[in-house]
Amino acid sequence: MNGESKPLSRRLIPYWLMGPGLLWLVLFFVIPLYFMARLALESGTLETGFSFTWEWANFTDGWDRYSEQFFRSFIYAGSATLIALVIAYPLAYAIAFRGGRWKNALLFAVVAPFFTTYLIRTIAWTTILSDNGVVVDVLRTIGILGDDGRVLATPAAVIAGITYNFLPFMVLPIYASLERLDPGLIEAAKDLYSSSRAAFLKVTLPLSMPGIVAGTLLTFIPAAGDYINVIFLGSTNTSMVGNAIQSLYLNTREYPTAAALSFILMAVIMAVVVIYIRFAGSEALMGEEEEAT
Amino acid sequence: MSAAWKWLRHNAVNIWAALAIAYLLIPIGLIAVFSFNDPEGKFNYVWSGFSTDAWTGIFGIQELTDAFLTSLRLAALSTLIATILGTMIALALVRHQFHGRKVANFLIVIPMATPEVVIGASLLSMFLIYGISLGFFSLLLAHVMFSISFVVIVVRSRLIGFDRRLEEAARDLGATPMTTFRTITFPLLMPGLVGAALLAFALSIDDFVISNFTSGTTVTFPLYIFGAAQRGIPVEVYSVATLLFSVTVLAMLFVTWQQRRAEKLAEVRPDDTDESGLSALTAGREPVSSAGSAA
Repeated sequence: MNGESKPLSRRLIPYWLMGPGLLWLVLFFVIPLYFMARLALESGTLETGFSFTWEWANFTDGWDRYSEQFFRSFIYAGSATLIALVIAYPLAYAIAFRGGRWKNALLFAVVAPFFTTYLIRTIAWTTILSDNGVVVDVLRTIGILGDDGRVLATPAAVIAGITYNFLPFMVLPIYASLERLDPGLIEAAKDLYSSSRAAFLKVTLPLSMPGIVAGTLLTFIPAAGDYINVIFLGSTNTSMVGNAIQSLYLNTREYPTAAALSFILMAVIMAVVVIYIRFAGSEALMGEEEEAT
Repeated sequence: MSAAWKWLRHNAVNIWAALAIAYLLIPIGLIAVFSFNDPEGKFNYVWSGFSTDAWTGIFGIQELTDAFLTSLRLAALSTLIATILGTMIALALVRHQFHGRKVANFLIVIPMATPEVVIGASLLSMFLIYGISLGFFSLLLAHVMFSISFVVIVVRSRLIGFDRRLEEAARDLGATPMTTFRTITFPLLMPGLVGAALLAFALSIDDFVISNFTSGTTVTFPLYIFGAAQRGIPVEVYSVATLLFSVTVLAMLFVTWQQRRAEKLAEVRPDDTDESGLSALTAGREPVSSAGSAA
Protein backbone atom coordinates (compact mmCIF):
# COMPACT_ATOMS: atom_id res chain seq x y z
CA MET A 1 0.00 0.00 0.00
CA ASN A 2 2.80 2.26 0.95
CA GLY A 3 4.64 1.94 -2.33
CA GLU A 4 1.55 2.36 -4.53
CA SER A 5 2.08 6.08 -5.03
CA LYS A 6 5.78 5.78 -5.87
CA PRO A 7 6.90 5.33 -9.46
CA LEU A 8 7.69 1.78 -10.55
CA SER A 9 11.41 2.47 -10.91
CA ARG A 10 11.61 3.45 -7.25
CA ARG A 11 9.68 0.43 -6.14
CA LEU A 12 12.11 -1.80 -7.99
CA ILE A 13 15.18 -0.44 -6.17
CA PRO A 14 15.04 -2.93 -3.26
CA TYR A 15 14.83 -5.82 -5.71
CA TRP A 16 17.89 -4.59 -7.61
CA LEU A 17 19.73 -4.21 -4.33
CA MET A 18 18.83 -7.66 -3.05
CA GLY A 19 18.89 -9.45 -6.36
CA PRO A 20 22.55 -10.42 -6.77
CA GLY A 21 23.03 -11.55 -3.16
CA LEU A 22 19.82 -13.52 -2.94
CA LEU A 23 20.52 -15.04 -6.35
CA TRP A 24 23.87 -16.24 -5.02
CA LEU A 25 22.08 -17.86 -2.05
CA VAL A 26 19.57 -19.51 -4.36
CA LEU A 27 22.23 -20.79 -6.77
CA PHE A 28 24.62 -22.10 -4.14
CA PHE A 29 22.37 -22.98 -1.25
CA VAL A 30 18.84 -23.79 -2.44
CA ILE A 31 19.63 -25.44 -5.77
CA PRO A 32 22.40 -27.64 -4.32
CA LEU A 33 19.79 -28.99 -1.89
CA TYR A 34 17.71 -30.03 -4.90
CA PHE A 35 20.70 -31.84 -6.39
CA MET A 36 21.39 -33.54 -3.10
CA ALA A 37 17.76 -34.71 -3.04
CA ARG A 38 18.20 -36.11 -6.55
CA LEU A 39 21.41 -37.83 -5.59
CA ALA A 40 19.69 -39.33 -2.55
CA LEU A 41 17.21 -41.07 -4.87
CA GLU A 42 19.77 -42.50 -7.27
CA SER A 43 21.05 -46.04 -7.29
CA GLY A 44 24.26 -47.67 -8.41
CA THR A 45 27.87 -47.77 -7.32
CA LEU A 46 30.94 -45.78 -8.17
CA GLU A 47 32.05 -48.49 -10.65
CA THR A 48 28.74 -48.90 -12.50
CA GLY A 49 27.81 -45.24 -12.29
CA PHE A 50 24.74 -43.75 -10.66
CA SER A 51 21.31 -43.34 -12.21
CA PHE A 52 18.12 -41.73 -11.01
CA THR A 53 15.60 -44.43 -10.05
CA TRP A 54 13.51 -42.98 -7.20
CA GLU A 55 15.52 -45.20 -4.87
CA TRP A 56 13.69 -44.43 -1.62
CA ALA A 57 15.41 -47.40 -0.07
CA ASN A 58 18.52 -45.22 0.34
CA PHE A 59 16.74 -43.45 3.17
CA THR A 60 15.63 -46.58 5.01
CA ASP A 61 18.96 -48.33 4.41
CA GLY A 62 20.89 -45.26 5.52
CA TRP A 63 18.83 -45.04 8.66
CA ASP A 64 19.25 -48.77 9.40
CA ARG A 65 23.00 -48.64 8.89
CA TYR A 66 23.61 -45.41 10.78
CA SER A 67 20.81 -45.03 13.33
CA GLU A 68 23.38 -45.52 16.08
CA GLN A 69 25.39 -42.54 14.79
CA PHE A 70 22.19 -40.48 14.59
CA PHE A 71 21.26 -41.15 18.18
CA ARG A 72 24.81 -40.46 19.28
CA SER A 73 24.81 -37.14 17.40
CA PHE A 74 21.68 -35.95 19.11
CA ILE A 75 22.72 -37.20 22.54
CA TYR A 76 26.17 -35.58 22.26
CA ALA A 77 24.81 -32.35 20.78
CA GLY A 78 22.01 -32.25 23.37
CA SER A 79 24.41 -32.81 26.29
CA ALA A 80 26.87 -30.24 24.94
CA THR A 81 24.04 -27.72 24.54
CA LEU A 82 22.87 -28.28 28.11
CA ILE A 83 26.36 -28.01 29.56
CA ALA A 84 27.02 -24.90 27.47
CA LEU A 85 23.82 -23.34 28.84
CA VAL A 86 24.86 -24.07 32.42
CA ILE A 87 28.29 -22.53 31.80
CA ALA A 88 27.03 -19.63 29.69
CA TYR A 89 24.09 -18.26 31.67
CA PRO A 90 25.98 -17.19 34.81
CA LEU A 91 28.81 -15.91 32.60
CA ALA A 92 26.44 -13.80 30.49
CA TYR A 93 24.70 -12.64 33.67
CA ALA A 94 27.98 -11.58 35.25
CA ILE A 95 29.08 -9.71 32.12
CA ALA A 96 25.73 -7.95 31.72
CA PHE A 97 25.11 -6.92 35.35
CA ARG A 98 28.50 -6.96 37.05
CA GLY A 99 30.87 -6.34 34.15
CA GLY A 100 31.17 -2.63 34.75
CA ARG A 101 33.99 -1.16 32.76
CA TRP A 102 35.34 -4.64 32.00
CA LYS A 103 32.27 -5.47 29.95
CA ASN A 104 33.89 -5.08 26.54
CA ALA A 105 37.07 -6.88 27.55
CA LEU A 106 35.01 -9.79 28.87
CA LEU A 107 32.93 -9.97 25.70
CA PHE A 108 36.16 -9.95 23.79
CA ALA A 109 37.40 -12.92 25.80
CA VAL A 110 34.18 -14.76 24.94
CA VAL A 111 34.69 -14.38 21.18
CA ALA A 112 38.47 -14.82 21.31
CA PRO A 113 38.31 -18.56 20.50
CA PHE A 114 36.78 -17.65 17.14
CA PHE A 115 40.00 -15.92 16.19
CA THR A 116 42.01 -19.11 16.35
CA THR A 117 41.52 -21.81 13.79
CA TYR A 118 38.80 -24.28 14.75
CA LEU A 119 41.02 -27.29 14.07
CA ILE A 120 43.88 -25.88 16.15
CA ARG A 121 41.51 -25.17 19.03
CA THR A 122 40.37 -28.77 18.96
CA ILE A 123 43.93 -30.03 18.68
CA ALA A 124 44.81 -27.94 21.76
CA TRP A 125 42.24 -30.00 23.63
CA THR A 126 43.99 -33.22 22.64
CA THR A 127 47.05 -31.83 24.44
CA ILE A 128 45.04 -30.81 27.49
CA LEU A 129 43.22 -34.12 27.75
CA SER A 130 46.13 -36.33 26.69
CA ASP A 131 47.01 -39.43 28.72
CA ASN A 132 50.00 -37.81 30.40
CA GLY A 133 48.38 -34.40 30.80
CA VAL A 134 47.31 -32.63 33.97
CA VAL A 135 43.59 -33.32 33.63
CA VAL A 136 43.98 -37.08 33.37
CA ASP A 137 46.52 -36.98 36.19
CA VAL A 138 44.14 -35.22 38.55
CA LEU A 139 41.19 -37.43 37.60
CA ARG A 140 43.33 -40.53 38.26
CA THR A 141 44.54 -39.23 41.61
CA ILE A 142 41.06 -38.44 42.91
CA GLY A 143 39.88 -41.80 41.65
CA ILE A 144 37.34 -40.72 39.04
CA LEU A 145 39.45 -42.49 36.44
CA GLY A 146 41.16 -45.83 36.98
CA ASP A 147 44.95 -46.00 36.92
CA ASP A 148 45.01 -46.54 33.17
CA GLY A 149 41.78 -44.66 32.50
CA ARG A 150 41.70 -42.19 29.62
CA VAL A 151 39.70 -39.13 28.69
CA LEU A 152 40.61 -39.03 25.01
CA ALA A 153 38.62 -41.37 22.78
CA THR A 154 35.65 -41.27 25.17
CA PRO A 155 32.24 -39.65 24.66
CA ALA A 156 33.15 -37.23 27.48
CA ALA A 157 36.07 -35.86 25.46
CA VAL A 158 33.90 -35.38 22.38
CA ILE A 159 31.16 -33.64 24.37
CA ALA A 160 33.75 -31.43 26.09
CA GLY A 161 35.22 -30.45 22.73
CA ILE A 162 31.83 -29.65 21.21
CA THR A 163 30.83 -27.65 24.29
CA TYR A 164 34.01 -25.63 24.07
CA ASN A 165 33.83 -24.96 20.36
CA PHE A 166 30.26 -23.68 20.37
CA LEU A 167 30.12 -22.01 23.80
CA PRO A 168 30.40 -18.42 22.43
CA PHE A 169 27.25 -19.04 20.36
CA MET A 170 25.44 -19.67 23.64
CA VAL A 171 26.92 -16.77 25.62
CA LEU A 172 26.34 -13.97 23.11
CA PRO A 173 22.56 -14.23 22.58
CA ILE A 174 21.93 -14.69 26.32
CA TYR A 175 24.13 -11.70 27.05
CA ALA A 176 22.26 -9.64 24.44
CA SER A 177 18.87 -10.42 25.98
CA LEU A 178 20.10 -9.70 29.53
CA GLU A 179 21.75 -6.48 28.42
CA ARG A 180 18.48 -5.25 26.94
CA LEU A 181 16.64 -5.97 30.19
CA ASP A 182 15.50 -2.89 32.08
CA PRO A 183 17.08 -3.01 35.59
CA GLY A 184 14.12 -0.96 36.79
CA LEU A 185 11.95 -4.05 36.48
CA ILE A 186 14.10 -5.97 38.94
CA GLU A 187 14.14 -3.00 41.30
CA ALA A 188 10.37 -2.79 41.05
CA ALA A 189 10.07 -6.46 41.95
CA LYS A 190 12.31 -5.94 44.95
CA ASP A 191 10.38 -2.83 46.00
CA LEU A 192 7.31 -5.01 46.01
CA TYR A 193 9.05 -7.27 48.54
CA SER A 194 10.12 -9.96 46.13
CA SER A 195 13.19 -11.93 47.21
CA SER A 196 16.24 -11.89 44.92
CA ARG A 197 15.47 -15.44 43.99
CA ALA A 198 11.83 -14.73 43.14
CA ALA A 199 12.84 -11.61 41.18
CA PHE A 200 15.26 -13.70 39.16
CA LEU A 201 12.76 -16.48 38.50
CA LYS A 202 9.82 -14.21 37.70
CA VAL A 203 11.51 -11.28 35.95
CA THR A 204 15.07 -11.91 34.76
CA LEU A 205 14.73 -15.50 33.59
CA PRO A 206 11.50 -15.10 31.57
CA LEU A 207 12.82 -11.94 29.91
CA SER A 208 16.03 -13.68 28.91
CA MET A 209 14.13 -16.59 27.37
CA PRO A 210 14.59 -15.36 23.77
CA GLY A 211 18.34 -15.33 24.36
CA ILE A 212 18.26 -18.84 25.79
CA VAL A 213 16.22 -20.10 22.85
CA ALA A 214 18.51 -18.49 20.27
CA GLY A 215 21.64 -19.66 22.08
CA THR A 216 20.41 -23.22 22.39
CA LEU A 217 19.59 -23.31 18.71
CA LEU A 218 22.87 -21.76 17.61
CA THR A 219 24.76 -24.31 19.70
CA PHE A 220 22.69 -27.37 18.93
CA ILE A 221 22.57 -27.03 15.14
CA PRO A 222 26.30 -26.95 14.42
CA ALA A 223 26.92 -29.46 17.22
CA ALA A 224 24.57 -32.04 15.72
CA GLY A 225 26.37 -31.93 12.37
CA ASP A 226 29.91 -31.72 13.75
CA TYR A 227 32.53 -34.33 12.92
CA ILE A 228 35.82 -32.62 13.78
CA ASN A 229 35.62 -33.24 17.51
CA VAL A 230 35.11 -36.96 16.97
CA ILE A 231 38.08 -37.12 14.61
CA PHE A 232 40.47 -35.50 17.07
CA LEU A 233 39.01 -36.29 20.48
CA GLY A 234 36.93 -39.40 19.92
CA SER A 235 37.25 -42.84 18.39
CA THR A 236 35.29 -45.03 16.00
CA ASN A 237 33.08 -45.92 18.95
CA THR A 238 31.99 -42.31 19.32
CA SER A 239 31.43 -41.49 15.65
CA MET A 240 28.54 -39.18 14.83
CA VAL A 241 26.38 -38.84 11.75
CA GLY A 242 28.64 -36.09 10.42
CA ASN A 243 31.51 -38.59 10.34
CA ALA A 244 29.35 -41.03 8.40
CA ILE A 245 28.37 -38.38 5.85
CA GLN A 246 31.94 -37.18 5.46
CA SER A 247 33.44 -40.60 4.95
CA LEU A 248 30.66 -41.83 2.65
CA TYR A 249 31.05 -38.73 0.47
CA LEU A 250 34.81 -38.31 0.50
CA ASN A 251 36.29 -41.76 1.16
CA THR A 252 34.02 -44.61 0.07
CA ARG A 253 32.04 -42.41 -2.34
CA GLU A 254 28.65 -43.99 -1.67
CA TYR A 255 27.01 -40.75 -2.74
CA PRO A 256 23.32 -41.77 -2.64
CA THR A 257 23.49 -43.08 0.92
CA ALA A 258 25.53 -40.06 2.01
CA ALA A 259 23.02 -37.67 0.44
CA ALA A 260 20.11 -39.52 2.08
CA LEU A 261 21.81 -39.28 5.48
CA SER A 262 22.38 -35.54 5.01
CA PHE A 263 18.70 -35.13 4.26
CA ILE A 264 17.59 -37.05 7.32
CA LEU A 265 19.95 -34.93 9.44
CA MET A 266 18.59 -31.75 7.92
CA ALA A 267 14.98 -32.83 8.33
CA VAL A 268 15.42 -33.62 12.01
CA ILE A 269 17.21 -30.31 12.63
CA MET A 270 14.57 -28.40 10.64
CA ALA A 271 11.89 -29.93 12.84
CA VAL A 272 13.75 -28.68 15.91
CA VAL A 273 14.20 -25.21 14.37
CA VAL A 274 10.53 -24.91 13.38
CA ILE A 275 9.40 -25.81 16.88
CA TYR A 276 11.80 -23.25 18.31
CA ILE A 277 10.83 -20.50 15.87
CA ARG A 278 7.18 -21.07 16.75
CA PHE A 279 8.27 -20.52 20.30
CA ALA A 280 10.51 -17.49 19.82
CA GLY A 281 9.63 -15.82 16.50
CA SER A 282 12.03 -15.60 13.56
CA GLU A 283 12.69 -11.87 14.01
CA ALA A 284 13.82 -12.55 17.57
CA LEU A 285 16.23 -15.14 16.25
CA MET A 286 17.68 -12.82 13.65
CA GLY A 287 17.85 -9.96 16.10
CA GLU A 288 19.77 -12.09 18.58
CA GLU A 289 22.26 -13.24 16.02
CA GLU A 290 23.48 -9.79 15.20
CA GLU A 291 25.35 -9.85 18.49
CA ALA A 292 27.46 -12.73 17.23
CA THR A 293 30.09 -10.46 15.74
CA MET B 1 31.40 -19.41 58.78
CA SER B 2 28.23 -17.57 57.88
CA ALA B 3 30.21 -14.54 56.69
CA ALA B 4 32.25 -16.74 54.37
CA TRP B 5 29.09 -18.43 53.19
CA LYS B 6 27.50 -15.07 52.50
CA TRP B 7 30.53 -13.89 50.56
CA LEU B 8 30.53 -17.07 48.53
CA ARG B 9 26.83 -16.77 47.81
CA HIS B 10 27.21 -13.20 46.70
CA ASN B 11 30.22 -13.89 44.49
CA ALA B 12 29.29 -17.33 43.20
CA VAL B 13 28.24 -15.91 39.83
CA ASN B 14 31.48 -13.96 39.45
CA ILE B 15 33.62 -16.95 40.37
CA TRP B 16 31.70 -19.10 37.91
CA ALA B 17 32.18 -16.45 35.23
CA ALA B 18 35.91 -16.23 35.92
CA LEU B 19 36.23 -20.01 35.59
CA ALA B 20 34.25 -19.94 32.33
CA ILE B 21 36.52 -17.22 30.92
CA ALA B 22 39.55 -19.30 31.89
CA TYR B 23 38.00 -22.30 30.16
CA LEU B 24 37.56 -20.22 27.01
CA LEU B 25 41.09 -18.82 27.02
CA ILE B 26 43.24 -21.74 28.19
CA PRO B 27 43.39 -23.54 24.81
CA ILE B 28 44.37 -20.29 23.07
CA GLY B 29 47.16 -19.69 25.58
CA LEU B 30 48.25 -23.29 25.17
CA ILE B 31 48.60 -22.86 21.40
CA ALA B 32 50.77 -19.78 21.88
CA VAL B 33 52.93 -21.57 24.46
CA PHE B 34 53.31 -24.69 22.32
CA SER B 35 54.45 -22.57 19.37
CA PHE B 36 57.69 -22.29 21.39
CA ASN B 37 57.93 -26.03 21.98
CA ASP B 38 60.80 -28.19 20.82
CA PRO B 39 59.01 -31.54 20.45
CA GLU B 40 61.01 -34.75 20.48
CA GLY B 41 58.81 -36.77 18.17
CA LYS B 42 56.51 -35.77 15.36
CA PHE B 43 53.65 -34.82 17.64
CA ASN B 44 53.55 -31.44 19.35
CA TYR B 45 51.47 -32.70 22.27
CA VAL B 46 53.98 -32.83 25.12
CA TRP B 47 56.15 -29.96 26.33
CA SER B 48 59.78 -30.89 25.88
CA GLY B 49 61.83 -27.72 25.76
CA PHE B 50 61.91 -24.10 24.67
CA SER B 51 62.74 -23.16 21.10
CA THR B 52 62.04 -20.24 18.79
CA ASP B 53 62.66 -22.31 15.63
CA ALA B 54 59.00 -22.34 14.67
CA TRP B 55 58.93 -18.55 14.77
CA THR B 56 62.20 -17.80 13.02
CA GLY B 57 61.40 -20.35 10.33
CA ILE B 58 57.66 -19.68 10.36
CA PHE B 59 57.34 -19.86 6.58
CA GLY B 60 59.95 -22.56 6.13
CA ILE B 61 57.53 -25.33 5.19
CA GLN B 62 56.57 -24.86 1.55
CA GLU B 63 53.19 -26.67 1.64
CA LEU B 64 52.16 -24.80 4.78
CA THR B 65 53.09 -21.44 3.29
CA ASP B 66 51.30 -22.26 0.03
CA ALA B 67 48.19 -23.36 1.92
CA PHE B 68 48.25 -20.22 4.02
CA LEU B 69 48.59 -17.98 0.95
CA THR B 70 45.73 -19.83 -0.76
CA SER B 71 43.60 -19.22 2.33
CA LEU B 72 44.50 -15.51 2.35
CA ARG B 73 43.65 -15.11 -1.34
CA LEU B 74 40.41 -17.03 -0.96
CA ALA B 75 39.37 -15.10 2.16
CA ALA B 76 40.20 -11.72 0.59
CA LEU B 77 38.19 -12.42 -2.56
CA SER B 78 35.21 -14.00 -0.84
CA THR B 79 35.14 -11.19 1.74
CA LEU B 80 35.09 -8.55 -1.00
CA ILE B 81 32.22 -10.20 -2.89
CA ALA B 82 30.20 -11.16 0.21
CA THR B 83 30.54 -7.71 1.78
CA ILE B 84 29.26 -5.97 -1.35
CA LEU B 85 26.35 -8.38 -1.89
CA GLY B 86 25.45 -8.54 1.80
CA THR B 87 25.51 -4.76 2.26
CA MET B 88 23.18 -4.32 -0.70
CA ILE B 89 20.72 -6.79 0.84
CA ALA B 90 20.94 -5.04 4.22
CA LEU B 91 20.25 -1.65 2.59
CA ALA B 92 17.17 -3.07 0.88
CA LEU B 93 15.90 -4.70 4.09
CA VAL B 94 16.30 -1.65 6.32
CA ARG B 95 15.57 1.24 3.98
CA HIS B 96 12.92 -0.02 1.61
CA GLN B 97 9.39 -1.33 1.72
CA PHE B 98 8.80 -4.29 -0.54
CA HIS B 99 6.84 -7.47 -0.96
CA GLY B 100 8.58 -10.71 -0.18
CA ARG B 101 10.44 -9.49 2.89
CA LYS B 102 9.63 -12.74 4.68
CA VAL B 103 11.08 -14.81 1.86
CA ALA B 104 14.23 -12.69 1.85
CA ASN B 105 14.63 -12.98 5.63
CA PHE B 106 14.09 -16.71 5.45
CA LEU B 107 16.65 -17.11 2.68
CA ILE B 108 19.21 -15.22 4.77
CA VAL B 109 18.61 -17.05 8.05
CA ILE B 110 18.30 -20.58 6.71
CA PRO B 111 21.95 -21.12 5.67
CA MET B 112 23.00 -20.16 9.20
CA ALA B 113 20.54 -22.69 10.60
CA THR B 114 21.88 -25.51 8.43
CA PRO B 115 24.75 -27.70 9.63
CA GLU B 116 27.89 -27.08 7.62
CA VAL B 117 28.18 -30.73 6.72
CA VAL B 118 24.83 -30.51 4.91
CA ILE B 119 25.88 -27.33 3.05
CA GLY B 120 29.14 -28.95 2.00
CA ALA B 121 27.46 -32.19 0.99
CA SER B 122 24.79 -30.47 -1.09
CA LEU B 123 27.32 -28.26 -2.90
CA LEU B 124 29.42 -31.31 -3.67
CA SER B 125 26.30 -33.08 -4.98
CA MET B 126 25.65 -30.22 -7.39
CA PHE B 127 29.25 -29.94 -8.50
CA LEU B 128 29.35 -33.71 -9.08
CA ILE B 129 26.18 -33.79 -11.16
CA TYR B 130 27.22 -30.79 -13.24
CA GLY B 131 30.77 -32.09 -13.48
CA ILE B 132 32.17 -28.78 -12.22
CA SER B 133 35.79 -29.36 -11.30
CA LEU B 134 36.63 -28.72 -7.67
CA GLY B 135 39.28 -26.20 -6.70
CA PHE B 136 39.79 -22.55 -5.91
CA PHE B 137 36.73 -21.47 -7.90
CA SER B 138 34.31 -23.89 -6.25
CA LEU B 139 35.74 -22.89 -2.86
CA LEU B 140 35.12 -19.24 -3.70
CA LEU B 141 31.49 -19.89 -4.67
CA ALA B 142 30.93 -21.73 -1.38
CA HIS B 143 32.72 -19.23 0.86
CA VAL B 144 30.82 -16.24 -0.54
CA MET B 145 27.59 -18.16 -0.02
CA PHE B 146 28.08 -18.85 3.69
CA SER B 147 29.49 -15.36 4.39
CA ILE B 148 26.64 -13.32 2.87
CA SER B 149 24.15 -14.01 5.69
CA PHE B 150 26.58 -12.90 8.38
CA VAL B 151 27.40 -9.69 6.50
CA VAL B 152 23.68 -8.92 6.18
CA ILE B 153 23.14 -9.39 9.93
CA VAL B 154 26.04 -7.13 10.93
CA VAL B 155 25.39 -4.33 8.43
CA ARG B 156 21.66 -4.48 9.10
CA SER B 157 22.18 -3.89 12.83
CA ARG B 158 24.42 -0.94 11.98
CA LEU B 159 21.81 0.53 9.63
CA ILE B 160 19.04 0.18 12.19
CA GLY B 161 21.01 2.31 14.64
CA PHE B 162 21.69 4.87 11.91
CA ASP B 163 20.34 8.37 12.54
CA ARG B 164 18.80 9.27 9.21
CA ARG B 165 18.27 12.87 10.28
CA LEU B 166 21.97 13.42 9.60
CA GLU B 167 21.35 12.62 5.94
CA GLU B 168 18.23 14.77 5.88
CA ALA B 169 20.22 17.64 7.35
CA ALA B 170 22.82 17.30 4.61
CA ARG B 171 20.10 17.29 1.96
CA ASP B 172 18.44 20.33 3.56
CA LEU B 173 21.75 22.14 3.38
CA GLY B 174 21.83 21.54 -0.36
CA ALA B 175 23.99 18.43 -0.70
CA THR B 176 23.28 16.21 -3.69
CA PRO B 177 22.35 12.56 -2.98
CA MET B 178 25.84 11.57 -4.14
CA THR B 179 27.58 14.05 -1.83
CA THR B 180 25.33 12.99 1.05
CA PHE B 181 26.26 9.36 0.49
CA ARG B 182 29.97 10.15 0.17
CA THR B 183 30.26 12.51 3.14
CA ILE B 184 27.60 11.22 5.56
CA THR B 185 26.26 7.75 4.85
CA PHE B 186 29.44 5.98 3.83
CA PRO B 187 31.74 7.29 6.63
CA LEU B 188 29.12 6.43 9.27
CA LEU B 189 28.52 3.02 7.76
CA MET B 190 32.23 2.30 7.33
CA PRO B 191 32.92 0.75 10.75
CA GLY B 192 29.95 -1.58 10.27
CA LEU B 193 31.25 -2.57 6.86
CA VAL B 194 34.74 -3.19 8.20
CA GLY B 195 33.27 -5.24 11.04
CA ALA B 196 31.23 -7.30 8.60
CA ALA B 197 34.21 -7.76 6.30
CA LEU B 198 36.37 -8.86 9.20
CA LEU B 199 33.77 -11.43 10.23
CA ALA B 200 33.50 -12.72 6.66
CA PHE B 201 37.30 -12.93 6.46
CA ALA B 202 37.52 -14.83 9.75
CA LEU B 203 34.75 -17.23 8.68
CA SER B 204 36.46 -17.93 5.37
CA ILE B 205 40.00 -18.39 6.63
CA ASP B 206 38.79 -20.68 9.41
CA ASP B 207 36.39 -22.80 7.38
CA PHE B 208 37.15 -26.47 7.34
CA VAL B 209 33.94 -28.45 6.87
CA ILE B 210 32.55 -26.84 3.72
CA SER B 211 36.05 -26.57 2.22
CA ASN B 212 36.61 -30.24 2.98
CA PHE B 213 33.77 -31.05 0.59
CA THR B 214 34.39 -28.47 -2.13
CA SER B 215 38.18 -28.15 -2.39
CA GLY B 216 39.22 -31.00 -4.68
CA THR B 217 43.01 -30.96 -4.55
CA THR B 218 43.32 -27.30 -3.51
CA VAL B 219 44.73 -27.01 0.01
CA THR B 220 43.76 -24.21 2.39
CA PHE B 221 45.30 -23.59 5.82
CA PRO B 222 42.70 -25.62 7.78
CA LEU B 223 42.83 -28.39 5.17
CA TYR B 224 46.62 -28.50 5.49
CA ILE B 225 46.29 -28.88 9.27
CA PHE B 226 43.79 -31.68 8.80
CA GLY B 227 46.08 -33.51 6.39
CA ALA B 228 49.11 -32.98 8.61
CA ALA B 229 47.29 -34.18 11.74
CA GLN B 230 47.65 -37.83 10.73
CA ARG B 231 51.43 -37.64 10.37
CA GLY B 232 52.07 -35.11 13.14
CA ILE B 233 51.46 -31.38 13.03
CA PRO B 234 54.59 -29.26 12.63
CA VAL B 235 55.16 -26.63 15.33
CA GLU B 236 55.06 -23.97 12.61
CA VAL B 237 51.28 -24.49 12.38
CA TYR B 238 51.03 -23.31 15.99
CA SER B 239 53.05 -20.17 15.24
CA VAL B 240 51.04 -19.38 12.09
CA ALA B 241 47.84 -19.84 14.11
CA THR B 242 49.16 -17.57 16.87
CA LEU B 243 50.21 -14.97 14.32
CA LEU B 244 46.78 -15.12 12.69
CA PHE B 245 45.13 -14.77 16.09
CA SER B 246 47.23 -11.73 17.02
CA VAL B 247 46.58 -9.97 13.72
CA THR B 248 42.82 -10.61 13.96
CA VAL B 249 42.72 -9.35 17.54
CA LEU B 250 44.55 -6.16 16.56
CA ALA B 251 42.20 -5.64 13.61
CA MET B 252 39.21 -6.23 15.91
CA LEU B 253 40.47 -3.66 18.41
CA PHE B 254 41.02 -1.19 15.60
CA VAL B 255 37.47 -1.68 14.31
CA THR B 256 35.99 -1.26 17.79
CA TRP B 257 37.97 1.95 18.21
CA GLN B 258 36.76 3.23 14.83
CA GLN B 259 33.20 2.29 15.68
CA ARG B 260 33.37 4.28 18.90
CA ARG B 261 34.73 7.24 16.98
CA ALA B 262 31.93 7.02 14.44
CA GLU B 263 29.37 6.82 17.24
CA LYS B 264 30.86 9.92 18.82
CA LEU B 265 30.70 11.73 15.48
CA ALA B 266 27.07 10.76 15.07
CA GLU B 267 26.30 11.99 18.55
CA VAL B 268 26.99 15.63 17.62
CA ARG B 269 23.42 16.80 17.63
CA PRO B 270 21.86 20.12 18.63
CA ASP B 271 19.43 18.62 21.12
CA ASP B 272 20.63 15.42 22.63
CA THR B 273 18.08 15.18 25.42
CA ASP B 274 15.19 14.86 23.02
CA GLU B 275 16.83 12.05 21.08
CA SER B 276 15.47 8.97 22.83
CA GLY B 277 11.91 10.24 22.94
CA LEU B 278 11.93 11.36 19.33
CA SER B 279 13.48 8.25 17.92
CA ALA B 280 11.03 6.13 19.88
CA LEU B 281 8.18 8.11 18.37
CA THR B 282 9.43 8.00 14.81
CA ALA B 283 10.42 4.36 14.96
CA GLY B 284 7.15 3.46 16.67
CA ARG B 285 8.89 1.10 19.07
CA GLU B 286 11.53 1.05 21.75
CA PRO B 287 14.78 2.90 21.04
CA VAL B 288 17.02 0.70 18.96
CA SER B 289 20.25 2.63 19.27
CA SER B 290 21.74 0.07 21.64
CA ALA B 291 21.01 -2.79 19.22
CA GLY B 292 23.51 -1.37 16.79
CA SER B 293 26.67 -1.71 18.78
CA ALA B 294 27.67 -5.34 18.91
CA ALA B 295 30.53 -6.42 21.12
